[in-house]
Amino acid sequence: MPQITRTVRIGSSHGLHARPAKLFAQAAKDSGIPVTIAKDAGAPVNAASILGVIALGLDQGDYVTLSADGANAEATVDALAELLTTDHDAA
Amino acid sequence: MTGPETMTELRGVGIGLGVAQGPVARMAEPLPAPKDAPSERSVDEESSRVREAVSAVARELEERGNTAGGAARDVLEAQAMMAEDPTLEAEVDTRLQAGKTGEWAVYDAFASFREQLTALGGYLGERAADLDDVAQRVIARLRGVAAPGIPDPGHPFVLVAKDLAPADTALLDLDKVLALITTEGGPTSHTAILAREKSIVAVVGAAHAASLTEGETVIVDAAANLVVTSPSDDELARALTRAADRAAAASAPLTPGALADGTAVPLLANLGKPGGASEAVELGAEGVGLFRTEFLFLSSSSAPTVEEQRTAYTELLAAFPGKKVVVRVLDAGADKPLPFLNDAHEENPALGLRGLRALRASEDILREQLTALAEADAATRRSPEGPADLWVMAPMVSTVEETEYFVSLAKDYGLKTAGVMVEVPSSALLADRIFRHADFASIGTNDLTQYTLAADRLLGSVASFQDPWHPAVLRLVREVGAAGAAAGKPVGICGEAAADPLLAVVLVGLGATTLSMAPTALADVRATLLTHTLDDARRIAEAALAADGAATAREAATAAASSQKAAEQ
Repeated sequence: MPQITRTVRIGSSHGLHARPAKLFAQAAKDSGIPVTIAKDAGAPVNAASILGVIALGLDQGDYVTLSADGANAEATVDALAELLTTDHDAA
Repeated sequence: MTGPETMTELRGVGIGLGVAQGPVARMAEPLPAPKDAPSERSVDEESSRVREAVSAVARELEERGNTAGGAARDVLEAQAMMAEDPTLEAEVDTRLQAGKTGEWAVYDAFASFREQLTALGGYLGERAADLDDVAQRVIARLRGVAAPGIPDPGHPFVLVAKDLAPADTALLDLDKVLALITTEGGPTSHTAILAREKSIVAVVGAAHAASLTEGETVIVDAAANLVVTSPSDDELARALTRAADRAAAASAPLTPGALADGTAVPLLANLGKPGGASEAVELGAEGVGLFRTEFLFLSSSSAPTVEEQRTAYTELLAAFPGKKVVVRVLDAGADKPLPFLNDAHEENPALGLRGLRALRASEDILREQLTALAEADAATRRSPEGPADLWVMAPMVSTVEETEYFVSLAKDYGLKTAGVMVEVPSSALLADRIFRHADFASIGTNDLTQYTLAADRLLGSVASFQDPWHPAVLRLVREVGAAGAAAGKPVGICGEAAADPLLAVVLVGLGATTLSMAPTALADVRATLLTHTLDDARRIAEAALAADGAATAREAATAAASSQKAAEQ
């Protein structure tokens, strides 16, 4: 199974803090396959780890790279990329 | 174990005039840090203990989130995820493999994440507290003790705590809290402020309440400044009647503030956002005695525009047609730092570049604020119910020269009524000269107490000094009251002191002409003022002034007030 990698920009106007981070980590965990997220060229962290995600300190406009491996990797990355590019704080 | 012979009273400082009764639930103290000692269990045993604890804590947090709903639910769900975080689990496992105890592994692994978050600062730094809370819960579970934090006995309770932090009060389910008792903290503590805002019966600083046991029934009598333990059935019944009477008084008609002899003492509201206006009006506020403008500034990294400010001020003024609205210009400094105003580190922020001093150093911000206020005033001039009467005042004024500076600048912008806050003893002592320039003075009792007693308001170790009943503070208030009367100018009170009903009477006796407070405190103060004439108020004030300290001043005033009532009967 090929590894799927995609780079997107953070859409939430207050960055990936608390609530968006929780939604994202929850979705990554629910996917059941290993997913990582890296900020710019930084080291990838487990996307299902809310602490790891929060500690990236992501702000709106930051570039992140998602990588997933396994069944449904493509769909998982699609769904997670969607979450990252949505502005959750605009609602 | 009931009956008058076993009854005891624990003294503290009552907030408001309420009385309540119920079973005690204690807020458990933070746990001591685990020791880094080798585990006596096998690695497998330790790791299954940790897994059980982590999962139990996560489920409990989720459950609490479901009950709480709203924004609290998001926070609690995020905390549940932190507990079961896979990265954290790996960190814990590494430590368990090295033969550590579960308690220490959890403690140390959380601490390493905490450091990362704190290093990121700002909003993320604040999440460190959420993480601490999760760690404490897991460790408490591993030790088989009660988790620290707000208890949840499943029925309404009297909460007993050391003092409540803002984070605790945010999680407090007020429907379950019958009353608050703290062993530390004074009348300006977070607990006291919360109690006043939400009209919760509270006795703070009752040191001996530390001996109360879980589940025992107590009467919390804020009016009498005490907690009654092992109350008799008779006492419980009387407390119940008083609570019912007071509930009836709270729904009494909203008459304008006045003394028993008809002397008017307008009762105004302290507000921090225009949105609070409708509640203040419902509770009978006759205007606004202190509108804090910090909310416009604190959340932004740059100063708000004139337009943004004008919109907010217009909303405020429109809510009080025909009524007085006193707006305080930005009160910031090193204790409430704003990057665009003053971000220099100061050893003593309370004595530093704050209030008007900071605004003067960044005069553009002051000028923009005055521009926006003048524009909002003009925009509401044609309100069909009559325009609001806008007054502006400067915070932390310590010299006559500063008074002259601010008043003349405000007048340059067409603001017709300009005054100063008296928070520094120098201003109180020279109030007669301040009044040559200022149209009015408003006494900020919290800062005036801090500066008079030389005790940092934010420092717990000197909290006992922060009591506005101190006769030295009262004497300064009298100076300002006398100077105001001589100049024929109003003297307002806008600190926490005005919300203490008996102290409000004392302040009027010392020459205060208006009182401004949290809107929820209005009913008690209104009711108490109505029971004393101006002569009574002066006599009660004299009794307080003659005391040696804050506690004896309060006792002397209480005695003077009740002997006068007894004489009437």
